[in-house]
Amino acid sequence: MSTTPSSPLHLAVALDGTGWHPASWRDPVARPRDLFTAGYWADLVAEAERGLLDFVTFEDGLGLQSTHRLQPDGRTDQVRGRLDAVLLAARIAPLTRHIGLVPTTVVTHTEPFHISKAIATLDYVSTGRAGLRVRVTARPNEAAHFGRRTIPRLDDYESPAAREVLTGLFDEAADYVEVVRRLWDSWEDDAEIRDTATGRFIDRDKLHYIDFEGRHFNVKGPSITPRPPQGQPLVSALAHRTVAYRLVARQADIGYVTPHDPGEAHSIVAEIRAEQEAAGRAGRPLHIFGDLVVFLDDDPAAATARRERLDALAGYPYAGDARVFTGTPAQLADLLQELRSAGLSGFRLRPAVLGHDLPAITRELVPELQRRGVFRRAYEADTLRGLLGLARPANRYAATATA
Amino acid sequence: MSKPLKQIHLAAHFPGVNNTTVWSDPEAGSHIEFSSFAHFARTAERAKFDFLFLAEGLRLREQGGKIYDLDVVGRPDTFTVLAALAAVTEHLGLTGTINSTFNEPYEVARQFASLDHLSGGRSAWNVVTSWDAFTGENFRRGGFLPQEERYSRAKEFLATAGELFDSWRGDEILADQADGTFLRDAKAGSFVHSGRHFDIEGQFDVPRSPQGRPVIFQAGDSDEGREFAASSADAIFSRYATLQDGQAFYTDVKNRLAAYGRRHDQLLILPAATFVLGDTDAEAEELAKEVRRQQVSGATAIKHLEFVWNRDLSSYDPDGSLPDVDPDVGEDHIARGRAQVRMYRDPLATAREWRELAAANNWSIRDLIIETGNRQSFIGSPATVAKTINDFVQADASDGFILVPHITPGGLDGFADKVVPLLQEQGVFRTEYEGPTLRDHLGLAHPDDARDERVAS
Ligand SMILES: Cc1cc2nc3c(=O)[nH]c(=O)nc-3n(C[C@H](O)[C@H](O)[C@H](O)COP(=O)(O)O)c2cc1C
Repeated sequence: MSTTPSSPLHLAVALDGTGWHPASWRDPVARPRDLFTAGYWADLVAEAERGLLDFVTFEDGLGLQSTHRLQPDGRTDQVRGRLDAVLLAARIAPLTRHIGLVPTTVVTHTEPFHISKAIATLDYVSTGRAGLRVRVTARPNEAAHFGRRTIPRLDDYESPAAREVLTGLFDEAADYVEVVRRLWDSWEDDAEIRDTATGRFIDRDKLHYIDFEGRHFNVKGPSITPRPPQGQPLVSALAHRTVAYRLVARQADIGYVTPHDPGEAHSIVAEIRAEQEAAGRAGRPLHIFGDLVVFLDDDPAAATARRERLDALAGYPYAGDARVFTGTPAQLADLLQELRSAGLSGFRLRPAVLGHDLPAITRELVPELQRRGVFRRAYEADTLRGLLGLARPANRYAATATA
Repeated sequence: MSKPLKQIHLAAHFPGVNNTTVWSDPEAGSHIEFSSFAHFARTAERAKFDFLFLAEGLRLREQGGKIYDLDVVGRPDTFTVLAALAAVTEHLGLTGTINSTFNEPYEVARQFASLDHLSGGRSAWNVVTSWDAFTGENFRRGGFLPQEERYSRAKEFLATAGELFDSWRGDEILADQADGTFLRDAKAGSFVHSGRHFDIEGQFDVPRSPQGRPVIFQAGDSDEGREFAASSADAIFSRYATLQDGQAFYTDVKNRLAAYGRRHDQLLILPAATFVLGDTDAEAEELAKEVRRQQVSGATAIKHLEFVWNRDLSSYDPDGSLPDVDPDVGEDHIARGRAQVRMYRDPLATAREWRELAAANNWSIRDLIIETGNRQSFIGSPATVAKTINDFVQADASDGFILVPHITPGGLDGFADKVVPLLQEQGVFRTEYEGPTLRDHLGLAHPDDARDERVAS
């Protein structure tokens, strides 16, 4: 993927609760009582669409949110509880027209057959705007919600034992995505023929068994859902370390990474490109997006003060996996341009307080980027693939048939 | 004094993947595009129907080792469509068929609880247990369960999901911005379930939804299926839409309720029903014949005969007479992923009966299938159909019907415009929704009321 200065900058927003700061729900603009209503999410996505953003992601998990990496934390002073992200995205789809909708799915405990048809259907209900963010979980408590497998406690991710478990989970995730993708291709685009002369509704030669056989599971196919409008909805994943970079390189269309400066961005991009090459996917379009938590105010001191006030309410200084930016929209635009020249093609911004920082993105950052000539002034495509400059892929089975 | 008139419940089944759905008609649209679902749902809501119903099948049907290509093939994902439909409707209940064999309780419970939140209390779950190892090949747990195990899993699945739904009382979220308490209770959602099929524990992560739990439907027909419904369901989706069969089923199932301490009105019987409308009864009869011929082509008739004969009959002429050879009663069946096959539990007897019928009426194979297969339940002018439906409900053949039009997506329009007003005039069908939730439409108690009674006593 070329990242020449003339190529457009892509911008997504990650939606989670009332925002990414754990005390965001206490901000007067937050609507914590509305979190479990469709209207709340519809308003957020409408705002993102007003800002011409490429897509929104919806966070999800198979257990209560926690400040602890491995277990529930028993806290009562932060947002807890959430709705299924795929359903949420589907609920919003008919209310929007252009913006991409990318729900999170935990692949460790769910069925690729189910998620394949769910995302294909999200693509139908949004007429071509669906994506998927795959997530691996090593939390023992989430495994206990399913009772089908136990996952050992990985206190130190870098120990050899932990690495082995993580590698297993990520390999399984790669197989999962492979199954999902094959199922999307398991119907050729023109499989439905409605041939009244012969009485055949479909041409069954254009439906394919995927016959996936892997270490973790086998899946026969074909899908029960015809190939979705985009052919292949976009697959994305968040990645912080080599095992995850490998998953991104092998199976994703978009990887979210968390560099803290341009130098780090450069080396992460290099590592992912090398993994792509090793996986035989060199040159395949793959967007690498930088993730940033953002506090945006016209006055940098106001942003810092806001962050400090929320930290005080939370009882600890917030620091997550991603860099936390506090400053003005113009300063953020500078940073994004700088990171972009390190090889990132876009950004997934995580608003610290959705009610405040999302409108700051759509109403101030976006116009700033437009002034600089690096961001769209109108939606130029109807599909998420189109917005990201990705072609509709050929069907792997149709290609084999005609080869 | 005469009995007060029963109120009729009506629902709309989106036309699906069997030969009831006519795809060759010029009016037939897409059965996949969201615009079809939206049109269908809006019609149902305009007509004040109780709910929209989606069936499910998790593997494409096969016959003779090949994917079945004569009927509509393919369908979108149930949860995803229903969530999207919640955006384009306000009152209509949203009922999804979800299998208890190829899913896990934690995931299904959070999907239904989410759907209930996202629709403002309109979700319902039709719990099905089918199918077999053939379907299991699409799932990582691979597996399937022997027939006798499936209801055992279904029962425990539903009970477990119930424990998850009940793990939040509904008052845990304080969201007190001033004092910083979001959750009143750190243990909200806690559950432990230890049983034969599920051994799980932790915290459910979706707060209590508007209906507390989705409305529960059941759609199995065996003795076990009926007991399951009598013990655990709010409604049954049955296949008995004729007066006599309907009454027999109705009596049987309602009589099973007492054993579970339940009243007659706590389980609704809603058969699937098809219909053909005309300006006059005679016109409707003519139209119904045409529809039947569209539904049963020669090729379809042969395939349908194979459901009973369990052999390749492709060399037979659909316009000729029935095979002389007897059905093959082997273990494996030529058709896979098919519910119909189960309707012929004694194929030799069915074959005998069909031969006699065909001989007596001088019917070809196709004639026989047209006459014996899924004939339309209600045929006539709007007045006739309205009267028949009402008579059936008042005579306890059902509590209403789940209508299955034969055309996507416009097949409900005529019924909504012409039959519903007549039922409303007779005072047996609502003119306005009673309340916001599906439980309100169905006249079912809110589960919290039952729970509060239990706690109080
Ligand atoms: C009217 C009716 C509709 C059904 N619809 C479905 C369906 O959409 N999907 C499905 O997997 N099974 C469906 N089933 C199958 C039942 O859920 C059940 O698994 C099957 O009938 C076997 O149970 P039984 O032995 O109690 O009949 C349906 C059954 C009936 C009677």
